[in-house]
Amino acid sequence: MDAPKERWVGRDAGPVVRPYAMTRGRTRPRGAAIDLVTILVATGQQPGDRVWLSREQRRLLELCRQPSTPADLASETDLPFQVVQILLADLHQYGLIEEMRQSEEPDRPDPRILMRVLDELRRL
Amino acid sequence: MNSAASDTFGRARFGDADDIPQHTLKILVAGGFGVGKTTFVGVVSEVRPLRTEETLTDASTGVDDLDGVEGKVTTTVAMDFGRLTFSGGVRLYLFGTPGQERFWFMWDQIAYGAVGAIVLVDTRRLSTSFASIDFFEQREIPFVVAANVFDGARRYTVEEIRGALDVDPEVPVLLCDVRRPDVARGVLVTLVEHALRSSGPR
Repeated sequence: MDAPKERWVGRDAGPVVRPYAMTRGRTRPRGAAIDLVTILVATGQQPGDRVWLSREQRRLLELCRQPSTPADLASETDLPFQVVQILLADLHQYGLIEEMRQSEEPDRPDPRILMRVLDELRRL
Repeated sequence: MNSAASDTFGRARFGDADDIPQHTLKILVAGGFGVGKTTFVGVVSEVRPLRTEETLTDASTGVDDLDGVEGKVTTTVAMDFGRLTFSGGVRLYLFGTPGQERFWFMWDQIAYGAVGAIVLVDTRRLSTSFASIDFFEQREIPFVVAANVFDGARRYTVEEIRGALDVDPEVPVLLCDVRRPDVARGVLVTLVEHALRSSGPR
């Protein structure tokens, strides 16, 4: 699937599809925002008949078949972080994606992981 | 090592490949306009650094001088994004965010659970970094100060900069040229070391 094509009518006008059109005008996600580095993965559930997904959401869902983060997904799709967060929050609410737990204490990094990072940074 | 959940999710389902993220870490790169955030993120990132224009609403209430533009409800802000991958599925993400107070609601989100922050300062305009430093001090987020040495800027010593910024003695202050990859990585090392030191009583 290709990234959404942007049509430009002139340099000053910008893309014809404004980013927040993809969120149907919403500037905040339903519920709490998913952290930009939360690891997300598709649950494998099918959207079902009552759920309508936009092209961007179908693409995000496809990408989530491999575990990924909102930050990486934004990079992959060239969409602003906040737009991606809103679209992902929908997918999460529909039960199509879930968070992979990383640590008991999400509010602080694991010192053992930091030690590993430090070792590798020093060796670079 | 972390929890049963990460084992059953991460390894059993996806294998232990390094290209599957299993642990993610965040670092903020803060600093005023033109101080070198984009350069820093670009130099250390292994992926093509992403620069997104985030459209923000109600971000500038009470901060921007809105005289004459009262109808303006959105503003855009450039965010720099970079990534480093380590073994065992560990990924370190860098987010370069503007230093002005009106973007702090976004910082709060990025700062949650972050390793810490790198405050890039321009020695010709030190006062533009006061707000960033206050932000991290108040939230007890470990940070280092990296004074980007620009050509032609008067050289100050680390002690002069520390004194002018009035940061705690344990906060590392570095003079550096962030265009050099080894130097930029050294700033990351200093921050992670500092974060580990301060992680005990936090």
